[in-house]
Amino acid sequence: MLWKEEFSVHAAEERYVTRRQFGKFLVLTSLGMLAGNLWILARSLWHREPRLPARQVVGAGELPVGGVRVFRYPGPNDPCLLLRTAEESYVAYSQKCTHLSCAVYPATDGKRLECPCHEGYFSLEDGRVLQGPPPRPLPRILLERRDGGLWAVGVDPGTRES
Amino acid sequence: MTEPVRPPGRGTTAIDGAIALIAVLLIVQMWLLTATLEAFLAGHREPVVPGAVLSALLFAACFGLYLLIERVDRESKRRPH
Repeated sequence: MLWKEEFSVHAAEERYVTRRQFGKFLVLTSLGMLAGNLWILARSLWHREPRLPARQVVGAGELPVGGVRVFRYPGPNDPCLLLRTAEESYVAYSQKCTHLSCAVYPATDGKRLECPCHEGYFSLEDGRVLQGPPPRPLPRILLERRDGGLWAVGVDPGTRES
Repeated sequence: MTEPVRPPGRGTTAIDGAIALIAVLLIVQMWLLTATLEAFLAGHREPVVPGAVLSALLFAACFGLYLLIERVDRESKRRPH
């Protein structure tokens, strides 16, 4: 037919991808992945620790020994747990499980923090993973005593010695 | 001196093998990127540098395999059938 000769575009051939083209596409995808990793590296190099505000969590003697209080730090969408483990000992952790961000709470034995979604357990002493799928320890909230009360002053993601 | 006789379809097999290997390397690189990003967003920076180095190595391997594909493809087209 005349129009086929005039407009010699063959759709089937146009859609055909050669192995060389496919290989090129895969390598370009690999380059994209490398760019992603380099972007993370650049962000990491130029990242500065944000200065978190100090916020009062409890007043003097407000929390009994063995008591628990939920508070939000550093932002309003960051629930945390404050636990009084002894007369003079307090610990605070982010309440979001490091697996899938379910809320953790003190287990019935009083020695661990439990994530009920997938039965992950964290140590009450330092937030390390004791059992289950969480890949990292719970971020620890740094506490300070000021004016008789307890203040949250920072967040340790779990890599530093505390 | 005569050219060595190569079995037909040898180039095709080599290219298919190289593409399969690239696909496997790409899956590993994808996993590496997600794992590095996940750790970075959680405030952990230790895996960032090794992640970038490994990703560069994987890309270099993919690129090397792609060059192999190009060469084999060119040779197989030049060869008389």
